[in-house]
Amino acid sequence: MKIKSPTSMVPGIYLTLFFAYLFGPLIIMVITAFNSSNFPRVSPWECFTTDWFGKLVADDKLIEGLGNSLLIGFGVVVVAIPIGLAAAIMLSQVGPKLRASLYTIFIAPILVPGVVIGLSTLIFWDRVGTFFDAPYESFFYDGTFLTIFGQVTFIAAYSMLVFLSRIQRFDNTLTEAALDMGATPTQAFVKVLLPFMAPAIGSATVLAFLASLENYNTTVFTIVSSSTFTTVLSSKVRYGLDPSISAVAVIIISITLIGAIIYECRNRYHSKGWGMIIAERPVLKYATHPGSVAAILGLLAIGAVLFIQNYDSSACTAQILEDKRALQQKLMEQQQLETPKQSSPAPTTPTLGPLGNDATSTAPSSPFGGNAGSIFSPENLSGSSNATPAAPSTAPSSGGGGIFAPENLTGNGSD
Amino acid sequence: MTKEISLEHVWVEFGEFTAVQKANLNIAGGEFFSFLGPSGCGKTTLLRCISGFQEPTRGVVKIGGKDMKGVGPNKRPTALIFQNLALFPLRTVADNISFPLEVRGVDKKTRRKRADELLELIALPGQGDKKVSELSGGQKQRVAIARALAVEPDILLLDEPLSALDLKLRQHMRTELRSIQKQVGLTFIYITHDQGEALTMSDRIAVMNKGKIEQIGDGKSIYDHPTTSFVASFVGENNVLDATVLTNDGKMMEIDAGLGTPFKVESHPAGGPALIPGDACQLFIRPEALKITKDENSINQFDSQFVSEEFEGNMRHIVLDAQGKKIKLSLINDGANAIGPNAPVKLGFAPELGIALKPGELASA
Ligand SMILES: Nc1ncnc2c1ncn2[C@@H]1O[C@H](COP(=O)(O)OP(=O)(O)OP(=O)(O)O)[C@@H](O)[C@H]1O
Ligand SMILES: [Mg+2]
Repeated sequence: MKIKSPTSMVPGIYLTLFFAYLFGPLIIMVITAFNSSNFPRVSPWECFTTDWFGKLVADDKLIEGLGNSLLIGFGVVVVAIPIGLAAAIMLSQVGPKLRASLYTIFIAPILVPGVVIGLSTLIFWDRVGTFFDAPYESFFYDGTFLTIFGQVTFIAAYSMLVFLSRIQRFDNTLTEAALDMGATPTQAFVKVLLPFMAPAIGSATVLAFLASLENYNTTVFTIVSSSTFTTVLSSKVRYGLDPSISAVAVIIISITLIGAIIYECRNRYHSKGWGMIIAERPVLKYATHPGSVAAILGLLAIGAVLFIQNYDSSACTAQILEDKRALQQKLMEQQQLETPKQSSPAPTTPTLGPLGNDATSTAPSSPFGGNAGSIFSPENLSGSSNATPAAPSTAPSSGGGGIFAPENLTGNGSD
Repeated sequence: MTKEISLEHVWVEFGEFTAVQKANLNIAGGEFFSFLGPSGCGKTTLLRCISGFQEPTRGVVKIGGKDMKGVGPNKRPTALIFQNLALFPLRTVADNISFPLEVRGVDKKTRRKRADELLELIALPGQGDKKVSELSGGQKQRVAIARALAVEPDILLLDEPLSALDLKLRQHMRTELRSIQKQVGLTFIYITHDQGEALTMSDRIAVMNKGKIEQIGDGKSIYDHPTTSFVASFVGENNVLDATVLTNDGKMMEIDAGLGTPFKVESHPAGGPALIPGDACQLFIRPEALKITKDENSINQFDSQFVSEEFEGNMRHIVLDAQGKKIKLSLINDGANAIGPNAPVKLGFAPELGIALKPGELASA
């Protein structure tokens, strides 16, 4: 064994850091999804739980937003892909001068801030709607419609870029050959150009769908009174976060992973080298078939879902609650001893909610800092009001608390 | 019949650049017609005019007596074999060949049957399920030919279809093409810059240079009686001597090439404007037209000195020097001894084998 020189370790260290940077947040997020703590966090670890998934499924707003997002994503793909393809074909056929200026025009929506696109879409269709004297129920004011059109303006440009890189490798004499063989222009397009573009259409579709799904800054304007996945998530972040968001992340990551694994298996399966290896080994051939890989992953996923549905962590959480209550009791008693009448409650209030489960922690220990903590607290209180029995008992004790006044609590709780 | 083609004053211009100028020609039905010319002379462009991918800027293209203006390539009775073949890379060999039938709505079984027949014809039986990328260059070319034949065109346009083949296969494919042509009675328009190919296969040849058709004629008249300096120097090997016309009586000319006694050559019957005494001219003598002579009194003889020899098996190619001018001489290898270095050699040629033409552009070697 040789001792590696420090310089030869640099790439390794670099890679480790790189992957830690890339995947660290994802891993943390996944872990938080299984911690029973009311706020997404890893430490302190309370209980292993799968309740957040249940809570997620029960969250009608989020589910409704997700449904809208999928619908919008579908609509965006249907509209943006043909537009992008047409633009790419056009660019590949015009002269160099026209090409340069057209390219700039087509690409402009990517450079315009999403906020501007969102606002202008809203204003534009509002004007159009007004012009036609359309009622408010008409599609001119419909969030889904507006969002699709707002997103298409720049997603079509993205997909055009994908198509351009592919179409540049297209040999135009192939179309000519098809025409020469008696094909009509439509047939030449469908039978020659489209099959060539198929991989690009595939990736552009995925790209467009994902870009639509994760878009926020345009959508937030165009969605009007409706909601999408991203707008629901962002309002959650603003008004209080709980680990069901991590559960969403776990689901998304799992779907991505499963898709990527199956795709990669498919590629490997059809590669030349593997084809030779499995030629004489039927068992291996069936075992590594992407279909069987997909089936195994599907079974695993179903297993995970069943596990999540049936796992019961109530004993542990109850225990934790009990501990907390005891701690709180002790703290209150202490407080009453120190300041029998009234006291400035600020430092102690964060300990009231189950959020501040570590009794000695103060507001700044919240992951989002002091101020953010104060924003989250009321929502956590209200969240806990139906989730844990501890909250009601602790609420009155915060009687004098400035921003954490009971009004806030009840205001949120009634929501 | 729709097989004959005529081009009337066809010009093709790309902006400032003239790719084809004033092309005038008639190709009869069933003819094997070749375009011969150096790279970039406009052969492909002319072919694209016939197949409909290029509208001429001026002039008329007629197929079967009908003006083809505005008739798309898919409506013309032509099939083009592209210079780069343009096989569809995502389709199998059989699907490539049956593409013309597919777009005409022929059902799958008939298509497959026809593809197999054509594969038989191009000597690739049973290879229909291969991918195009799995074929060799020569096989691809044959598939392209089969695909064009599947169109059942009246006119087959071939843009250097044999350029990627090795010599043996090329010769084989030449005879093959020729027999296919005879068999189906198609009009073939064939582009090549291989002269041997043009000379052996064609009924007639058009020699092009820089967008202009320089001469049209059968192989023999192109080779033996070139009408321009370009054709004389482009087709086959030729010795060029700058000379001056001394006399010209319409049948015979006397010209002075600065190599001793003036030469007597036949006046070219179709050589364009007649050369008159005092005109500068270029004298072309083919290497195989020159003979080593011992006779002091024979006409058209001059002295030279041996420089080098290239041995090619059946032929000996000898380079000589005649007063500073390089002269090439080709002799049949009849077992005679090599000529020694710097040995004096007396050369002569028959009057009908020397061709005096107006000075013009020569093909660069
Ligand atoms: N679309 C075009 N735009 C501008 N110039 C062109 C175009 N197509 C051809 N040319 C020019 O016209 C000339 C003739 O081209 P063409 O392809 O006909 O040559 P060719 O005789 O077929 O040559 P080769 O033997 O190399 O195939 C060339 O100089 C080429 O640059
Ligand atoms: Mg060409």
